[in-house]
Amino acid sequence: MKSENLRAWLLVLPVVILVAFNAVIPLMAVVNYSVQETFGNNEFFFEGVKWFREVMTSQRFRDALSRQVIFTSMILLIEVPLGVIIALAMPHRGWGVSVCLVLMAMPLLIPWNVVGAIWNIFALPDIGLLGHSLNKLGWDYNYTRQPIAAWFTLVAMDVWHWTSLVVLLCYAALTAIPDAYYQAARIDGASRWAVFRRIQLPKMKRVLIIAVLLRFMDSFMIYTEAVVLTGGGPGNATTLLSIDLVKIALGQFDLGPAAAMSLIYFLIILLLSWIFYAVMTRDEQE
Amino acid sequence: MTRFKWLVPTFYIVFLMLPIYWLLCMSFKTTNEILGSFTLWPERFTFDNYRRILTDPTWYGGYINSLIYVVLNTIISVLAALPAAYAFSRYRFAGDKHLFFWLLTNRMAPSAVFALPFFQLYSAIGLFDTHIAVAIAHCLFNVPLAVWILEGFMSGVPRELDETAFIDGYSFGRFFVRIFVPTIAAGIGVAAFFCFMFSWVELLLAKTLTSVDAKPIAATMTRTASTSGYELGLLAAAGSLTMIPGAVVIYFVRNYIAKGFALGRV
Repeated sequence: MKSENLRAWLLVLPVVILVAFNAVIPLMAVVNYSVQETFGNNEFFFEGVKWFREVMTSQRFRDALSRQVIFTSMILLIEVPLGVIIALAMPHRGWGVSVCLVLMAMPLLIPWNVVGAIWNIFALPDIGLLGHSLNKLGWDYNYTRQPIAAWFTLVAMDVWHWTSLVVLLCYAALTAIPDAYYQAARIDGASRWAVFRRIQLPKMKRVLIIAVLLRFMDSFMIYTEAVVLTGGGPGNATTLLSIDLVKIALGQFDLGPAAAMSLIYFLIILLLSWIFYAVMTRDEQE
Repeated sequence: MTRFKWLVPTFYIVFLMLPIYWLLCMSFKTTNEILGSFTLWPERFTFDNYRRILTDPTWYGGYINSLIYVVLNTIISVLAALPAAYAFSRYRFAGDKHLFFWLLTNRMAPSAVFALPFFQLYSAIGLFDTHIAVAIAHCLFNVPLAVWILEGFMSGVPRELDETAFIDGYSFGRFFVRIFVPTIAAGIGVAAFFCFMFSWVELLLAKTLTSVDAKPIAATMTRTASTSGYELGLLAAAGSLTMIPGAVVIYFVRNYIAKGFALGRV
């Protein structure tokens, strides 16, 4: 037993060193900043929980947080059901499978700032295909001026960018269901809904947990695409948490509040991920 | 109802392709045509935008930089993750569950949180503006992912394989390289694909850790957008070119991509 322990730890050592180097040292730096005040010249003064109190009570942080929560909820409510529907409707064999998989995976492999740039160009009110068409259809659309239009474009961009991930995951789970299950359902005269509810959904449950978790984490951390598309504007209408964080940390160089905000932000993601995970796997443990 | 099922993926793919079409369309237009009027396809077809990118070292250098650190990162991530994934799938050791969860939490840390400390850390050890710095920094989220995926594939291989090999007198190292690695080749392919993908699309850390020598293409694009006026055609051409590596990689692993996450344990 002892030797097995030793060998296992030797095998995981490279990973632990690599990740610890990247995670622990910067995290300690962030913790360090979050409890100190600096006036430049590398002079630091201990401030205790002052920055945490300041961030938690500031209207600016609360606004950014509520925008972030609204954005992430919209993303989950649209992308997860849509992804399931598309996965169910996909062909199961033949040339269509490869075509669908390759074309659907395309948006996943485009650098994030290019995704922002693509939608920026696509949605320009005068010369973009989307903006021009919407204006022709009678919607006075301009995403650089109207908050509603900016939100619409931001959500459309994320749906475009990430729904395929949900589709691919669900499709993988669906193809793993043996044909015998469907034959049995047919003999029993099960309805389409019953097949979905009793066979397909339970089989997809595991990957749906992964899909919801990944989409939750990534949409909560969205930065590059949103900055390139709207830059947080018009005004502060689409200033999500990480955009606000970067504005404070690198724009104004307020290290203390930015570090405190980073930690609160990280803890919110950890906590919510854990709650999602616990709720979704609750049935299995009973 | 089932007869019209094919409409759903078709509409979805059309929705996916429209913005990409628009980008390609822009990249073949002249700046005058883009700004002058609204045209559905390039009326004065031109390769000038692409010619400028492929002849200007600051442009194509960006592609080379990006490819170098992405490939480096993929190699480091997979090599480090292989033994670790083996340990997680074969041994019960002190603290294994906690370690696995701790690794996954790094996937949840927003890059924005780490940008500034990363800059300081890599400047302090003298790696700022090198390819290896970006490659190591991207390990933060790619190594946990690679361990997660590889562990799933390895758990699908029966333990009898290991035991038989050891009885036959294979040393651990020789067994691992000669027998085990070829057995899970598909899993390594999937893990490498996801590492390649997430390193290729990430910009915030890559941009923070580089200035001139290792500047990624994505950062060259943002600089161009702000300094040399609003050259949409050039930007569109650069964007179109960034889609090529991804498209090539997808084509090769199209039969495995869907499996990658599905096999991992939660």
